[in-house]
Amino acid sequence: MTAYLFKRLAIALATLIVASVVVFAVLEVLPGDPARIMLGMNASPEALESLREQMGMNQPLITRYLNWISGMAIGDFGRSYTYSSPVIELIAERITVSLPLAIMSLLLSTIIAIPVGIFAASRRGKLADTISMGAAQVGVAVPNFWFALLLIYIFAVALRLVPAGGFPGWGDWWQALKALILPAVALALPQAAILARVTRSAMLDVLGEDYIRTAHAKGMPRHIVLWRHALRNAMIPVLTVLGLQFAFLLAGTIIIENVFYLPGLGRLVFQAITQRDLIVVEGVVMLLVASVVAVNLIVDLLYAVVDPRLRAR
Amino acid sequence: MGSFKSILGATAILLATSTAVFAARTDLVLGLVLEPPHLDPTAGAAAAIDEVVYANVFEGLTRIGPNGEVEPALAESWEVSDDGKTYTFKLHDGVKFHDGSSFDAEDVKFSLDRARAADSTNAQKVLFEAIENVEVVDPQTVKVTLSRPQGAFLYNMGWGDAVIVAPESADGNKEKPIGTGPFKFQNWAKGSSITIVKNPDYWGEPVALEKAEFRIIPDAAAAIPAMLSGDVQAFPNMPAGDALPQIQADPRFEVVIGATEGETILSTNNKKEPFDNLKVRQAIAHALDRDAIIAGASEGGYGVPIGSHFSPANEAYVDLTDTYPHDVEKAKELMKEAGLENGFKATIKLPPPSYARQGGEIIASQLREIGIELEIIPVEWAQWLEQVFTNKDYDLSIVSHTEPNDIEIYSRPDYYFNYQNPEFNKVIEELDTTTDQAKRNELYKQAQTILAKDAVNGFLFELPKIGVWDAKLEGMWENSPVQANDLTAVKWTE
Repeated sequence: MTAYLFKRLAIALATLIVASVVVFAVLEVLPGDPARIMLGMNASPEALESLREQMGMNQPLITRYLNWISGMAIGDFGRSYTYSSPVIELIAERITVSLPLAIMSLLLSTIIAIPVGIFAASRRGKLADTISMGAAQVGVAVPNFWFALLLIYIFAVALRLVPAGGFPGWGDWWQALKALILPAVALALPQAAILARVTRSAMLDVLGEDYIRTAHAKGMPRHIVLWRHALRNAMIPVLTVLGLQFAFLLAGTIIIENVFYLPGLGRLVFQAITQRDLIVVEGVVMLLVASVVAVNLIVDLLYAVVDPRLRAR
Repeated sequence: MGSFKSILGATAILLATSTAVFAARTDLVLGLVLEPPHLDPTAGAAAAIDEVVYANVFEGLTRIGPNGEVEPALAESWEVSDDGKTYTFKLHDGVKFHDGSSFDAEDVKFSLDRARAADSTNAQKVLFEAIENVEVVDPQTVKVTLSRPQGAFLYNMGWGDAVIVAPESADGNKEKPIGTGPFKFQNWAKGSSITIVKNPDYWGEPVALEKAEFRIIPDAAAAIPAMLSGDVQAFPNMPAGDALPQIQADPRFEVVIGATEGETILSTNNKKEPFDNLKVRQAIAHALDRDAIIAGASEGGYGVPIGSHFSPANEAYVDLTDTYPHDVEKAKELMKEAGLENGFKATIKLPPPSYARQGGEIIASQLREIGIELEIIPVEWAQWLEQVFTNKDYDLSIVSHTEPNDIEIYSRPDYYFNYQNPEFNKVIEELDTTTDQAKRNELYKQAQTILAKDAVNGFLFELPKIGVWDAKLEGMWENSPVQANDLTAVKWTE
């Protein structure tokens, strides 16, 4: 188990280093001068030059890379060109929205999807299966911004139960939760649909195995066969998909963040790209790389928990 | 117990109605499409900075009023010397910055010297170019000496980039702006909202609002439900899109179509073949159908046609839209005279705003009629600034020039239009040294006419300002002569 763990950790670290080089190189070749974007069309050449000097953009590329990477190692992500506040603060602020939102929608989608998937698998080919998988098909097909707008018009404009958008901060946690509930539902729907389909097909694979027939044959109750024997073995593909979904939910939610004007990570990185606030983009992207790596690492470790055979490798 | 409850209930109702009668609301939530990158108007060009802080948090010596007029602000009065080179400003007494430090002539000197210093990062450094010296006469008097008379000097001092800041707090203004205005900065939840509150120690007329929150709503699809649900009560510059009729039909809202300083033009590279040929530019001008462009590319179809680079809201405006009226036959003739009857190929680089992307497609189809095949190249703002604006690597582009009174850009030697006309430059030079308003208006008219005749760019339309706010709200700006949301006169009527 220890060898397995160390191997996984080493792979994770190597991924991070390679990613940092790629991220830095790709962003540096983007056209566009941050100073010009900040000062606009009327700016004089001297003012532009002073600003570039202030932002440290006149240093050679390699110096800037080394400064950046060594800063990050000690938790200093640099200072935003546009906001002129530390990148780490910007990220920290945004994470207080993005992380709870990701967790809420992931929980929501898991709670809906796994029982539905198992249920559909156990009723394979029957009406209940057709209906639930039909619903999942619709869930995958519906664009989530459209679903989000539908939710807004029903619950915010017509019923006035929740705000139409925005985020009031965690000072009042009830208001904060209310502000996140519609976006969480809008995000959870397509995720739940995918997850339900994956759960169903994984369950079907397992349900065809000999040991399941044996369990049935020896008279074990149906629900115990399903939940104890089948589900545990069907978990590996389900965990893989869950891991991917969590990484997506952390930053791939830009459209939903826009519709609900939430100050999340997705919008931060989008804004930073259009303003060529490269240091922020680099910081956020690295953080996302790190979180994807971390999630994969956790999923790898969970595989080992679910499937003891993997521990030996 | 029952009677106690009903007394309680009656009191509650009484309280509720009495507050409704005697005290109007004093809070306001405004929608803002773009978040400002920071809050220091002296260190950035983003319009969103001024949209929050101008006149609310920061004040200059002068200020620009709702219809573009120059009004006194921190300077209560001024005298101009006969040669037009010395301005003596008399400052208001008893003015304090929001951090409690007092305001005097030293702060004015500091602010102006900082803006024109060698290492200044002021986005509008040109505004301060003519200043030769700033002298503190006494704490309430400051004398500004110019190297040459400058007709627009008092107007220039009213820009957001010329606001007065204190040496103690200037460096922190990006994060925590400290000015002298009637509102104090309270909080900025990045990506979400900016809150300002009433400044109880304000030197001038106190404002009616206790608190105003600017909420950042980048998406047009989100702006509509935000207004409909009452979360946001005013959207001074609303991206209403196709939903505008729905809001106009709703009696809860007032929809006001106002003017801006945004001249939307088909920018043309005047040095590049064949656009260096006046006949080709005239042909393009004749080929453009402004009505169709406005209907398809301006917000709600409310753009006002322009025939030169000047705002119709300005008193010096002349209508030159008929200089080269829409006439495809005439355009083809001119193409023939230019030896291009078989047409030519060119590119058009379009920045992200919808007026550009949609306008580009309409213009491409209009120019196709006279044989000009345009290849449409969509670009981001960053790319636009680099390729088109800085490197002048373009044939045609569409952009809105939103700086107020910016006709002088056509006289700049290196500007991206690549246009040079000594006759025009002479008018601008004269304008620069003329202070008499009637004379200035006359010169502005000459300048507009020269540009229209030269067909420097395709002059399309003035961007409309679509303001939507609660019908019970009073005092919002109808037009935007400067990019600002001045809340000093805003109040709820009930």
